[in-house]
Amino acid sequence: MKTVSTQEISDCVYRLARKAGLTLTDSCRDALQAAQKTESGAAEFALSALLENEQTARAENMPVCQDTGMSVVLVELGQDVRLTGAPLAEAVNDGVRRAYADGNFRKSVCDPLTRVNTGDNTPAHLHVDLTTGENVTITFLPKGFGSENMSRLYMLTPAEGREGILNAITQTVKLAGSRPCPPVYVGVGIGGAFDGCALLAKKALTREVGSRNPRRDVAQIEEEALERINALGIGAQGFGGKVTAIGVSCEIAPTHIAGLPVAVNIQCHCVRCEKETL
Amino acid sequence: MKKITLPLTEEQIAGLHAGDSLLLSGVIYTARDCAHKRIFELLDKGEPLPFPLKDSVIYYAGPCPAPEGKACGSCGPTTSARMNVFAPRLLDLGLGGMIGKGEMSEETRLALVRNKKVYFAAIGGAGAAYGNAVQKSECVAFPDLLSEAVHRFTVKDFPLVVAIDSYGKSVYQR
Repeated sequence: MKTVSTQEISDCVYRLARKAGLTLTDSCRDALQAAQKTESGAAEFALSALLENEQTARAENMPVCQDTGMSVVLVELGQDVRLTGAPLAEAVNDGVRRAYADGNFRKSVCDPLTRVNTGDNTPAHLHVDLTTGENVTITFLPKGFGSENMSRLYMLTPAEGREGILNAITQTVKLAGSRPCPPVYVGVGIGGAFDGCALLAKKALTREVGSRNPRRDVAQIEEEALERINALGIGAQGFGGKVTAIGVSCEIAPTHIAGLPVAVNIQCHCVRCEKETL
Repeated sequence: MKKITLPLTEEQIAGLHAGDSLLLSGVIYTARDCAHKRIFELLDKGEPLPFPLKDSVIYYAGPCPAPEGKACGSCGPTTSARMNVFAPRLLDLGLGGMIGKGEMSEETRLALVRNKKVYFAAIGGAGAAYGNAVQKSECVAFPDLLSEAVHRFTVKDFPLVVAIDSYGKSVYQR
């Protein structure tokens, strides 16, 4: 049994949030650099501006994108860990609150009806998974809403099968068009129920861009979906081009015999995701 | 690259074509979802607006707080499509154009043609670069909306692409 103070978790969330706001993941940057080499015209202009923007962000200590997002926090909590101190959710929110104030990040969370801003970017979207052992792993994903708004959930029938899944993914990106800041990163949940399917899609976005699901049949869907998306021709910022998505990641879970839920969560080209194990 | 300073002349507008990239300087006003709603409430009540609409350019954006020693924090464009419900009426009232990201509706496109105005695309995601190009920022309305308040920006060399030109041609149409 290991004891972990939730203050340590709060400080970890703070560190991860501060870093995530200023940095693209390495796999995202690599993918954008590769895309820039293949594009021309306005799309190439946009990709060059984005790569230069990340350098400006680091040099000037400014967020890469002003949409510093809703704070999605995934905690994998080992069952042999005993937490002490303030309740976990409170500690996570405290880390978010401090990071968004100190980092000059935008506070983008509001009441859905009154639209009154909560003023400190809380509450975070906290998901806790219990695992074995004594580790606490925290993943911080600041999720922008230009792309979140373009996400969709499909309740397909079993008969629609693999082709239905590929159509759902491609259709979502096509309908989003230029709006979610392409080239996008596409997270897909396959299976589970209505709620869990969307969470699978979100978790898929915490994987490295270009990584493949260990299940061969799932990895093949990722590859084929990426090909179909890039045949759409939307390109960077919708200016036309060969790279509309930098990656597709699918996560899968068992579902009911009557259904085939598919969630497609769109992430813009600004993939920011930081992870740390305590 | 072409450099343009606001306000745009009719001649300059006529010379801008969808897909052109340029560097824009001058005064622009930020407004996004909530600010537009408030502007429409003022218009409906016949009350004066917090900034002159005639020939002004609206930037669909909500900045991050300014770090010490800077005029503005990170400030890239937001998705313009959400402002389709507002843009045509503002253009008909004399708005000089808009800056945002992504395609806009057929109604907005027709309003641009009708009023001979241009919609520019900023590069979504390049927040640090745009924030850095803001030389002066002043909140002119709705401070309670925080980042969604209306700011008067003086900008230098904003990298933009002509998204929909005054002839109605769109960079997004293929």
